[in-house]
Amino acid sequence: MAKEVLVEFQNITKTFGAVVANNNVSMQIYKGEILSVLGENGCGKTTLMNMLAGIYYPDGGKILIGGKEVQIHSPKTAFEYKIGMIHQHFKLIDVFTAAENVVLGVKDNTKYNLNSVKKRIGEMCDRYGFHINPDKKIYEMSVSEKQTVEIIKVLYRGADILILDEPTAVLTPQEIEKLFAVLRAMREDGKSIIIITHKLNEVMEISDRVAVLRKGEHIGTVQTSKTTEQKLTEMMVGKKITLNIDRTLVKNPIDRLIIKGLNYTNQENVKVLDDISFTARSGEILGIAGIAGSGQKELLEAIAGLQPLDSGEIIFNRPKKNLPVSFYHKTFKQVVTMAAEGKFHYEDGSTVDFTGMKKKEICQLVNDGKILFNEDDVMNLRDKTPLQIRELGVRLSFVPEDRLGMGLVGNMDLIDNMMLRSYRKGNSILVDRKKPENLAKKIVSGLEVVTPDLHTPVRRLSGGNVQKVLVGREISAAPKVLMAAYPVRGLDINSSYLIYNLLDKQKQEGVAVIFVGEDLDILLGLCDRILVICGGKVSGIVDARTITKEEVGLLMTKTDSGKGENNGTEG
Amino acid sequence: MEQKDNQVTAEQKKRFELPFHIVKRSTLPLKKKILVYAIALVGSLLLSSLICWIFGDGNPLDFFAYLFKGTFGTSRKFWLLLLETAFLLGASVALIPAFKMKFWNLGGNGQILMGCLASYAFAYKLGGKMPEWVLLLLMFVSSVAAGILWAVIPAIFKAIFNTNETLFTLMMNYIAEGVVLCFFAYWIHGQDVAFPKPNGGVLPALGNNMLLTILVFFLLAGLMFVYLKYSKHGYEISVVGESVNTAKYIGIDVKKVIIRTLILSGAIAGLIGFFLIARTSAPLDKTLHNNMGFTGIMTSWLAAFNPLFMFLTCFFIAFINTGMSQVQTDFGFTNNAISKIVIGLIYFFVIACAFFINYKIVRRDDSGQKKPLKKRPQIRQRGTNK
Repeated sequence: MAKEVLVEFQNITKTFGAVVANNNVSMQIYKGEILSVLGENGCGKTTLMNMLAGIYYPDGGKILIGGKEVQIHSPKTAFEYKIGMIHQHFKLIDVFTAAENVVLGVKDNTKYNLNSVKKRIGEMCDRYGFHINPDKKIYEMSVSEKQTVEIIKVLYRGADILILDEPTAVLTPQEIEKLFAVLRAMREDGKSIIIITHKLNEVMEISDRVAVLRKGEHIGTVQTSKTTEQKLTEMMVGKKITLNIDRTLVKNPIDRLIIKGLNYTNQENVKVLDDISFTARSGEILGIAGIAGSGQKELLEAIAGLQPLDSGEIIFNRPKKNLPVSFYHKTFKQVVTMAAEGKFHYEDGSTVDFTGMKKKEICQLVNDGKILFNEDDVMNLRDKTPLQIRELGVRLSFVPEDRLGMGLVGNMDLIDNMMLRSYRKGNSILVDRKKPENLAKKIVSGLEVVTPDLHTPVRRLSGGNVQKVLVGREISAAPKVLMAAYPVRGLDINSSYLIYNLLDKQKQEGVAVIFVGEDLDILLGLCDRILVICGGKVSGIVDARTITKEEVGLLMTKTDSGKGENNGTEG
Repeated sequence: MEQKDNQVTAEQKKRFELPFHIVKRSTLPLKKKILVYAIALVGSLLLSSLICWIFGDGNPLDFFAYLFKGTFGTSRKFWLLLLETAFLLGASVALIPAFKMKFWNLGGNGQILMGCLASYAFAYKLGGKMPEWVLLLLMFVSSVAAGILWAVIPAIFKAIFNTNETLFTLMMNYIAEGVVLCFFAYWIHGQDVAFPKPNGGVLPALGNNMLLTILVFFLLAGLMFVYLKYSKHGYEISVVGESVNTAKYIGIDVKKVIIRTLILSGAIAGLIGFFLIARTSAPLDKTLHNNMGFTGIMTSWLAAFNPLFMFLTCFFIAFINTGMSQVQTDFGFTNNAISKIVIGLIYFFVIACAFFINYKIVRRDDSGQKKPLKKRPQIRQRGTNK
């Protein structure tokens, strides 16, 4: 296949401070092909392509287009060379229509005529098989429609080389299929398409060739037909790894967290949570699937006590009838008050009365397991602050989506971050840094966190290590419920699988795990049940062992007719 | 760095480019940081001496001589230098807990002034009519209360309505000045054109009348260091300052922390007001705060909000201020404009250091590209840089 070389990178180097994003990268892009640029997060894929699109300027090396050396100083220059990039985070104006966004900034010396623009958009749609209403405003569009507008925007400017940065990250399986059909049609039309991605199955499905980058260096470019996923993974990671999740069977599940009819309307009067009900069981991983921004974040934050609700109940169920008090960590004070309320009995059934007893004797009785609970413990966590929840003795751990902005403090070191959960302990007005230090040591060695020392601000760690610190801290609290929102986003493959296996281990220990994910393959492989939400509504609770990806995809867009659809752009 | 569009066509090979570009540094070793500051200091002092030489009578070397004469010349001058340092340190100590919380308190002047007013009002009205220690106690309590009042009002609005604290605290300064003028117009009887000296309410001298003030504020700075670094409150302040979301996530009552911290800030500011009046039973004046509320911002910022470094920055600023008044006299300047220029110049040099510490300037060669790296560049590996 003697194909025409359209773009050539020669020894491209780009550094940011001490960080080398691209080192001596040389590769070629042919005319009329789909090239995947594959690599783990932070390996310099996007930086490399940003240099082609004129966002960055290389520190060293040359870019050749059609055999001639060129200097691409701005996105505008890039368009003159017929290069267009569709960024991961769309750059559209919300209050403009599709057509207005497309024509924005085009200087072709013709009179501004929206009707002719719409006509041209219509022609493009027919040619490549898009569907878009040019008069629809961006804020009314779904993520997939917004992406279409971005693609048209680039085509309208006459681009022959299209760069798509992680185009499938926020799409459902059905939408991905549609996108791929469009891309193939464009390839037939002689356009060159570059897809930046880290998803192997998509690489295998769509691309003609794959360029693999690792740690800023170009490892090699291979024909897709002549390689396998396993080989590509090895090129990406640099060593042989096995990627499988050991999904264990669910043992003795009890209903731990019962959610009933949660409703929440946000300040813009959008119904973000619409009558959500489900049950999370102990010893089970409940996955939550849905398009980004369908209410996942609000749901978890509501459970964690961070989000006020319009209505609904969050019941934390702790069956402990006839279980010893010492089984649950209670302070002496709490035990005495609860005894006074008549909540305990002795092994022989008689009521507990502490009057006239010494503290030492009471502690002895409790520790020996002689004092038992009368009733099950059922608590409504609604409208409780995180602090109140903890004071109730409910061990609820939460790994939020925004790790450095919510779960951790980026500028603090590991020890201070460990302290976040526990600094209140004790009556001293000074903080105790000894125990958090030990915990930090334990997590660093146990989860193989790569850090210069314990006094490094966590923001200096890589994404995977930050997440290990956060998950490690949340697990160390021996939770009864563990909620994790997109816990592997931005993580390299090894760290991702480490996190999956940590979640599974928690499940085996009887924790009720709630896992919000975006990669459907992982959700299907890791979870026991999957709760699918769409536009703030539960569109199905399914068995992860039997359902297919396509069925979940359909559920994710069940109410796609427009009503209540949430155009979240968190993705 | 990408170049902005300069209307360049694809054929246009040669284009205007700056011969250098600005690159963010990773980290600068401490030695080099100190060197940068030293160069800035020496440079600013040399430039200042030239300015004084041009505009005044004396040679450039005299500038340095006068600067040190005004600060270390006599023991009294040195005590005054320490006193100014102490007050400035007090102002910085009052500001940093709020700053650590990213609450930009620009109302230091007003809070100090309200403290002055409260003390002065008691001293003026009750001076000589009751035992000194009772009066001093009243002055102390009222000053602290007045400082708290002036700081806590913006804090409450910030905590409950999320109003912008920067503007709010700034405006409170002008209200405080107005209150002082009102006090003068309605309370001070007689034909005085300025506030009279009060009849009582003088702090006992400890050796001289400066030592007590100096000790109090130096001690406060030490205590503040411990409070911010080792106490639970201090930890909460840092968490709220770094990320309100994280604070909420772990169950910190952000509103409570904001209000509590500003009570502390206001109390210290009020205390400064008390000492300004009670140290020598000074007459009130609407500029009695000597702009410390703003100078304190700079000293605490330069010290990276560390109370121990603040000893250095406050001493330096106090040194320049007191030294310059000597320079001004000896060079025969009839107004303080030149000394203000010089002080501004020195501040500017010192603050500009932050740019050179965070960024470096890299030259381009003719092809518009950065010179090739001599060493093989270190590969991107975040977190592993040992």
